[in-house]
Amino acid sequence: MLLRKLHFSKLAIHLIFIILSLACIVPLLLVVSISFTGEKSLMLDGYHFWPKEFSAAAYKYVFSGASSILNAYAVTIFVTVVGTFLHLLITSMLSYSLTRPEVTYRKALTFFVYLPVLFNGGLVPQYILLTRILHLKDTIWVLIIVYLVSTVNVLIMKNFFRTIPNSLIESARIDGSGEIRTFFKIALPLSKPSLATIGLFVAIAYWNDWMTASLYIESPKLRPLQYLLQSLMNNIGYLQSNAQASQSMESALGMLPSEGARMATCVLAIGPIILLYPLLQKYFEKGLTIGAVKE
Amino acid sequence: MKAITNLSHKSHKSKSYRALRSARRQAPFYFMMAPGLIFITILFYIPMAGVIIAFKNYNPRDGIFGSPWMDPLFKNFEFFFKSEAARTVTFNTLFYNLLEAVTVTLCALALAILLSEVKNKVVSATYKGSILLPTFLSWVVIQYILFSLLSVDRGIVNNMVTANGGEAIYWYSEPFYWRIIMPIAYLWKNVGYYSVLYVAAIAGINPDYYEAAQLDGASNWQRIKHITLPLLKPTIIVLSLLWVGKLFNGGLGDWNGFYTLPNDAGALYPATDVIDTLVFRSLKKVNDYGMASAVGLYQSVVGFFLVLISNYIIKKKDPDSALF
Repeated sequence: MLLRKLHFSKLAIHLIFIILSLACIVPLLLVVSISFTGEKSLMLDGYHFWPKEFSAAAYKYVFSGASSILNAYAVTIFVTVVGTFLHLLITSMLSYSLTRPEVTYRKALTFFVYLPVLFNGGLVPQYILLTRILHLKDTIWVLIIVYLVSTVNVLIMKNFFRTIPNSLIESARIDGSGEIRTFFKIALPLSKPSLATIGLFVAIAYWNDWMTASLYIESPKLRPLQYLLQSLMNNIGYLQSNAQASQSMESALGMLPSEGARMATCVLAIGPIILLYPLLQKYFEKGLTIGAVKE
Repeated sequence: MKAITNLSHKSHKSKSYRALRSARRQAPFYFMMAPGLIFITILFYIPMAGVIIAFKNYNPRDGIFGSPWMDPLFKNFEFFFKSEAARTVTFNTLFYNLLEAVTVTLCALALAILLSEVKNKVVSATYKGSILLPTFLSWVVIQYILFSLLSVDRGIVNNMVTANGGEAIYWYSEPFYWRIIMPIAYLWKNVGYYSVLYVAAIAGINPDYYEAAQLDGASNWQRIKHITLPLLKPTIIVLSLLWVGKLFNGGLGDWNGFYTLPNDAGALYPATDVIDTLVFRSLKKVNDYGMASAVGLYQSVVGFFLVLISNYIIKKKDPDSALF
């Protein structure tokens, strides 16, 4: 009796998780299925979880270079790689120094770092600063600068650097290593797990960001992937919802990539995340043990 | 630490010499801190001064300081608070945030407790991986997924409805549906993250407790009620309080979904507009700096008090997690 009951509850747990896992994965497969369906079939039968008429035409179009997608890919990769690297460098140097007892004003400086959590100026002043004063509008650097430092990440790294035994730093100093060299040769290699976790979230933030581009980027050459996707979807929604679309609108609709091509772009935008997924999951779970809290 | 600095050259060195030495010792640290401090100043501090735009009739030609003051000074705010939008976005922001906080916390706790019962490592990693997946997707990708489901003429849902002889549903023009769609979307995206987080917290619980409970013949439910939940309480409280500080930020700080998912359809604003999307639209589409900065300041001021309150309570409950 007891055994049967136990067995049943185990089965129920597995059933719940199988359903939930499908609920998280299947919607993605839908997008993949649409991207592999022929354009005619999409017009006639609509969307399905399995292509009614298999076709790779959308991907051929995307990789043919006729679209701006490959360029957007390059922009996104550049911003993600450079941005994540700089973020980690800046954050780790700052957090490490804030934990060193030699720094007289470290308490005041730590407060300086935390204060923005309490009050921020909001979107408009930042917009005016970046466009009118720093003249970063329509440059690739604006996409990078917005996520360069995050108070929460400084906090997490600081807590990590605190766990490095002081004797290690001391002995390096006695051996005649300079402070900066000690940091790069000893403190940084020790903090690999926390760097990986923070790097992961920063990279995801850069990769998934469309809003910054939407505000600051006008030139088609500098469009990152997510913004390209977002503007395609909204243009089509706009054109479809305006019944009195003018002639120019009609031709604009013709200029836009086909439905399949848009879905293919979407699949390509998820691609790297899926490929790196085992790695992502591993470091994500590692990060939880470090006590990382999402922003 | 200090002993070593003082061992060499003790006594007869003058004060100024020592100050100089300490400055020279600190120089490399300041060198390493410089980039971080500079960018914090640029990204966070200078914009703080920029909030005066909310009281000005800003035009790009005269700049922030050259633009004339509003007359009366609070005209931008008056304009916003008298509008229908003020009530709508404030209500929506709080409504969705409270809903999200409650649903995500409850579902994540339930899933974490169930996941901890799965003893097979490979199977449990697979489940975790699957429910974590939406966390890593952007709101734009989710916009595409949702469109594939809800598109009026081709979407999966309407395909099923019409196949069964029903009328196609116009998802993108009826605000009411979105009161349900938005919370589900946010739950779908975030529940995996917090489930895995709670699983890690449960894994940190000392197994001796459970063994003792088993010896005393406690049932599964009793173990959860008297061991797991009480020991998770601090984690739950700190996470919830961190959310209190973000109650006035759309989507608890992650507002992009409210902009992308409804495809920016005007008909849906009553149900999907939150404070951040209104600011974003006023700035990007209408170029209404006055309105956008007034709304932004209103959000920042309320947010300031919320963060203070949440931090004050965290400090009492769990000093280590406090920011200040």
